[in-house]
Amino acid sequence: MAELTYRDAVAAGIAQEMERDENVVFLGEDIGAAGGVFKATVGLFEKFGPRRVRDTPISEQAILGAAMGAAMTGLKPIAEIMFSDFLAVCWDIVANEIAKTRYMTNGQIALPLVIRTANGAGSRFGAQHSQAVENWAMAIPGIKVVAPAFPADVKGLLAAAVRDPDPVLFFEQKSLYPMKGEVPDGEHVDELGKAKVLREGKDCTIVALASMVHKSLDAAAILEKEHGISATVVDVRSLVPLDTQTILTEIGKTGRLFTVEENPRLCGWGAEIVSIAAEECFWTLDAPMVRITTPHIPLPSADKLEDATIPSVERIVKEVSQKMD
Amino acid sequence: MDTSVKRKKAGSPPEIDIGRETRMELYRQQLELRYCEKRAYDLFLQNLIKGTSHLSLGQEAIAAGFGVAMRPDDWTFCTYRGHAHTLARGASMAGVLGELMGRECGLLGGKGGSMHLTDVSKGAMGSYAIIGAHLPVAAGAAWSAQYRGTEQVAVCFFGDGTTNIGAFHEALNFAAIWKLPVIFVCENNLYMEYTPIHTVTAVEHPAADRASAYGLEKIVIDGNDADEVYKTAVKFMDRARKGGGPALIEAMTYRHSGHSRADPGQYRPKGELEKWLEQDPLKRYRSRLLEVGFNEATLKDMEAEAMRKVDEATETAKASPVPGLDAIDRDVWADGSTAWRN
Repeated sequence: MAELTYRDAVAAGIAQEMERDENVVFLGEDIGAAGGVFKATVGLFEKFGPRRVRDTPISEQAILGAAMGAAMTGLKPIAEIMFSDFLAVCWDIVANEIAKTRYMTNGQIALPLVIRTANGAGSRFGAQHSQAVENWAMAIPGIKVVAPAFPADVKGLLAAAVRDPDPVLFFEQKSLYPMKGEVPDGEHVDELGKAKVLREGKDCTIVALASMVHKSLDAAAILEKEHGISATVVDVRSLVPLDTQTILTEIGKTGRLFTVEENPRLCGWGAEIVSIAAEECFWTLDAPMVRITTPHIPLPSADKLEDATIPSVERIVKEVSQKMD
Repeated sequence: MDTSVKRKKAGSPPEIDIGRETRMELYRQQLELRYCEKRAYDLFLQNLIKGTSHLSLGQEAIAAGFGVAMRPDDWTFCTYRGHAHTLARGASMAGVLGELMGRECGLLGGKGGSMHLTDVSKGAMGSYAIIGAHLPVAAGAAWSAQYRGTEQVAVCFFGDGTTNIGAFHEALNFAAIWKLPVIFVCENNLYMEYTPIHTVTAVEHPAADRASAYGLEKIVIDGNDADEVYKTAVKFMDRARKGGGPALIEAMTYRHSGHSRADPGQYRPKGELEKWLEQDPLKRYRSRLLEVGFNEATLKDMEAEAMRKVDEATETAKASPVPGLDAIDRDVWADGSTAWRN
């Protein structure tokens, strides 16, 4: 096991798949010699050359359109959209074209492509470069949605996404890029659609995604130590497909559910999980379910304001401990 | 096909002679496209075709010209006005009419409808209902051909209204910088849906006048002349196959009917349609065939044969059952399923 940063795990995952399959190509803005604005793709251009690692103009519709056209004709493109907010610029290609083509063509066209993008807050970039938008994608039938929290998952799930015959939107949490973690050496391929139980407790279940997984783990440690509350923490990892089995099983064991998400309050993925739990394991619940989210506001930029907007460890501790009283 | 492509000298455009067989193929195609779309209109009136539909009556020379010039493994990308382009690649006519009627025999099993006709087995890589969406997609297919060195070409048809969409400009720039083997074909039928294109566009030729912005030559052709379309297609597809990069062609034409089923086209000035009916591509092509030595009987035979084919396809489509409800739950994902959770 090597210790890699989350950002290096991105490059490792891409390199692993490009080495394996000549049809895997990579395109996006500043991904070539520059190594990506987040330096998540350093070394790929040198290793695979400009034929396979292609810098594009700032043309998000062209990037994803080209990825789609290439995918339907034999390539397996990985396309980078620099900030997930920019998906809005090419949402037609994502929501109307990539997601729907297989169904509309009665299975004639497969689109084995991956859209990678940097998601989420924590960098003081303001409301147009900080959003967590995985819930936008989750609402559209036909596209898989993955959001890893650990470097090992980045490599393994990215490899799984590249090998998947369906289009995958891969949300990298930009605040996690510097985070280090153990990553299996050699070929590492994970499985899409599997949640992970990271900590087992007996009093409540916290279901989280991406950066919120780390905050939930920190909160769980404090809850245990300072409040005597023992919490299970589940990392969802993949919103589509969704591992409801693991989530419902863990809720059933503790009888209490908290979801922690970066999305603004309305229609975040936590609402879907709460709704599934209400329909399918209501009688195992001991108390109302609680969603911990950002408020329904655009994200502010200043340190204090951004920190106060996104769920923090302190807020998770506070909300859980108060509701558990 | 008896097309002979002769090069005058290296680097210069080829001279193209159109032989008798190719001419017959061009006429046959135009007849079938015309009769099939007219049939679609009749089926609407009988309420056998639901939803909406966008006919390209009067624009057949463009689909036919390219359809005949393309290699079987080339790719076509077209718009929601895509019946003709799909048929011109050799897609089953019963499959097209069946899809319009929502039948099981439809190209998409009834799940796509008029605006999404696709037949991958014939290189018809989709009809796209969002204006401009498919231009970057065609560029991507061309990239794939270039990457694998297959000398395939992607041909992308769209209307004049598309030229004011951002994706048009993104795709043109993208294709130009990567020298992709893609031919963008603007079918300028003078109307952006219901509105005259010149009233909403800063330049006279919405596509061709912008070509130079991407380092491409200005090409305006008579889109109602199948020979001219065919020659242009052969010339620029040949260049694209050899690494010469993309082309943007503006083909001037006119749709005989309104924008869609619901539109009688009453916004058009008096006399305009009549003027263009004189330029009807089928009428003109028929006269030319007679001029170059075809006899009346041959043409009549071809016309009867095309009509027979349309009749047969109509009957096949009508006889096909409506899709079973089990089709609803198929093909969101590659494993055939629609499951989003375990």
